[in-house]
Amino acid sequence: MITLVDYKAGNLTSVRKAFTFLGQESVVTDDAALVRQAQAIVLPGVGHFCTTERLASSGVRDAVTEAIERGVPFLGICVGMQWQFAGSTEAPDAPGLALFEGTCERFQTTLKVPHVGWNQIRRAPRSAPSRLLEGVPDDSFVYFTHSYRAPICDGVSAVTTYGETFAAAVERENVFGVQFHPEKSGDTGLRILKNFCDYAAERSSL
Amino acid sequence: MSLESLSTGVMSTGITKRIIACLDVTNGRVVKGVQFVDLIDAGDPAELAHLHATSGADEIVLLDITATSDARPILIDVVRRTARQLFVPFTVGGGVRSLADASALFDAGADKISINSAAIKSPAIITEIAERFGSQAVIVAIDAKRKVGAAVSAEGTVPAEVYLAGGRIATGLDAVEWAREAESRGAGEILLTSMDCDGTRTGFDCPLTAAVAKAVNIPVIASGGAGSGDHFVDVFKAGCADAALAASIFHFGIHDVRELKAQLQREGIPMRLPC
Repeated sequence: MITLVDYKAGNLTSVRKAFTFLGQESVVTDDAALVRQAQAIVLPGVGHFCTTERLASSGVRDAVTEAIERGVPFLGICVGMQWQFAGSTEAPDAPGLALFEGTCERFQTTLKVPHVGWNQIRRAPRSAPSRLLEGVPDDSFVYFTHSYRAPICDGVSAVTTYGETFAAAVERENVFGVQFHPEKSGDTGLRILKNFCDYAAERSSL
Repeated sequence: MSLESLSTGVMSTGITKRIIACLDVTNGRVVKGVQFVDLIDAGDPAELAHLHATSGADEIVLLDITATSDARPILIDVVRRTARQLFVPFTVGGGVRSLADASALFDAGADKISINSAAIKSPAIITEIAERFGSQAVIVAIDAKRKVGAAVSAEGTVPAEVYLAGGRIATGLDAVEWAREAESRGAGEILLTSMDCDGTRTGFDCPLTAAVAKAVNIPVIASGGAGSGDHFVDVFKAGCADAALAASIFHFGIHDVRELKAQLQREGIPMRLPC
């Protein structure tokens, strides 16, 4: 069972139906007590970084932190990945989990912002083998929609270029994050979500 | 940091131009019309959406073309059924009048909603939906018609008037100015339909598309007039479009999306291939 955290940042329907398509049961909640008992946690999210403040005030932030420490698989999508960094200049007063180093910033490019559409991911040089991106070749296309991007640091498993190169995916032990939307990225995205489900299934049988 | 070198040097934009398949729906069926009359049944929305997605379309748009004129909400069950096994971005429009309408569509599986008439009548709705669901979820659709006798000015402005209710009512608004306002109110993308070109299959209105695309800093989707692969080349090059939408040419197997994308790629336009 995958626990999808609802914190009123966009809609969860797309993520949920992707898991349903993969034969994976999921439950949607904003209740910290349920998050604390989760076997695997997915934090979707699209929109403004300040919505993550709700996670702190509702106690979900603490529940997620405890779950991560216990080794519970955790996947952040879009703003959900950015939340795994120290924070974002989009909402400087809302601290992230600081699981990865650095702060998310607005794109500094003459290109149109937001970055909307299909772009390619490639494995970050010298990054460890990625469990999440297993079977996903370099230059695969995935769907992005965002104005802020995470910096390249230790733990970044894949990068994408849009005027500048930024973190497309992060991974460290049981913590995973993707800037793009796997639930909207066709077969490539479904493969990534399946990899997460498979990892979660292995963990919970331990 | 050893990876710092990644952040320097010459970078391509990376992003591809998008080909969007549009399903015009009425009474739960996809229809194909000639100048909005003589509607022919083109099939089931869920089946066609899936077919287009697997044949290479980058996004799917479903427009309930009679919701506004019939003064009824969009058929939610059609949206839900179409969204169920669709794993590319899915936009729904036609008859979205309120935040509640938009919420119901997102719940049913839409990723973005397209608003047209309601945004003109009450522009605050753009901000309202964007604040709740994010700008990326809000497309403002603009139906525009060139002003008769008005030439393209030396500054490159293209006089065109915005229409509402599916092109039935002139608003007096200028298309470029309205696009700018929609952006400032929180729209994430503009879907620009040329009423002059729509249904003609003689090509997109490239000057108008370029005028809007240069006036805003959000993606512009060009619509109306697609008849051949060359038309798509033109709208991406001369029209500066970020995406191009077509309906009728993708039905009845007239155009293979993958073949179209291969042609565009050969012309130097970045496409999602293989897809």
